[in-house]
Amino acid sequence: MPRTVSALLIGMLFGAGLAVSGMMNPAKVLGFLDIAGDWDPTLAFVMGGALIVALPATLLARRRSRPVLAERFDLPAKKAIDLPLIAGSALFGLGWGLVGFCPGPALSALSTGLWQVALFVAAMLAGMLVFRLMRRT
Amino acid sequence: MSNFTPLSGLAGGLMIGAAAALLLLLNGRIAGISGIAGGIFSGAGEERLWRIAFVAGLVVGPLAVAAVTGDMPVVEIAAGWPLLIVAGLLVGFGTRLGSGCTSGHGVCGLARLSPRSLAATATFMIVAGATVFVVRHVIG
Repeated sequence: MPRTVSALLIGMLFGAGLAVSGMMNPAKVLGFLDIAGDWDPTLAFVMGGALIVALPATLLARRRSRPVLAERFDLPAKKAIDLPLIAGSALFGLGWGLVGFCPGPALSALSTGLWQVALFVAAMLAGMLVFRLMRRT
Repeated sequence: MSNFTPLSGLAGGLMIGAAAALLLLLNGRIAGISGIAGGIFSGAGEERLWRIAFVAGLVVGPLAVAAVTGDMPVVEIAAGWPLLIVAGLLVGFGTRLGSGCTSGHGVCGLARLSPRSLAATATFMIVAGATVFVVRHVIG
């Protein structure tokens, strides 16, 4: 239960950060990706700001044997730079460039109640489900 | 650079970084949104519940910001419904195949100095940039 409550509050902080940063707005994200147009470098400042905090936190986590609310750290084990990593990232990049939504901002933007966001999120979840079904067979 | 907002970008980035830091130090998890959302389908019990709670928080967070500032954050979507469906499918499938998105690889992975996440981030940044270039300057 404590882990669920902390996840809710941390999710709120993450969503608030997306809203404050402007990254919830696909038009602004596309402005960053459009280097040849009226370029908006804001996204680089968002990532920079996030890394300023996340980097020392990661170093701190390495020195601890366990997190506060769980028995152990559950971190990605894969190390290889392989075809699924690159192909998946390329497909994601294509979808991201077409509309300007990546998963976090898309879910946060559900808060606006816009039908476009709901449709995008439904398709995104369907894409995740397709991957899961393909993995099974 | 007429739309450049470095200060609010940095402030929001610090909040996102703090959220990633807290999820790691408290729950021992990586704040990768595609992984958290995708895991809702496979998890059970509390493993599923915390993911649903996190996603609910993502939706409530901007409403809390709107309550404080008095303005709902702007969301402008130019794409029509066919493009929204195609892009959504690509983002959902691609992030699961590639084990992460802008948050998991781009923030948490880079913070862990993971070469795998650097390769993923470079790939989706370059492909997304090329996509926007083709849509706006070649076709458009």
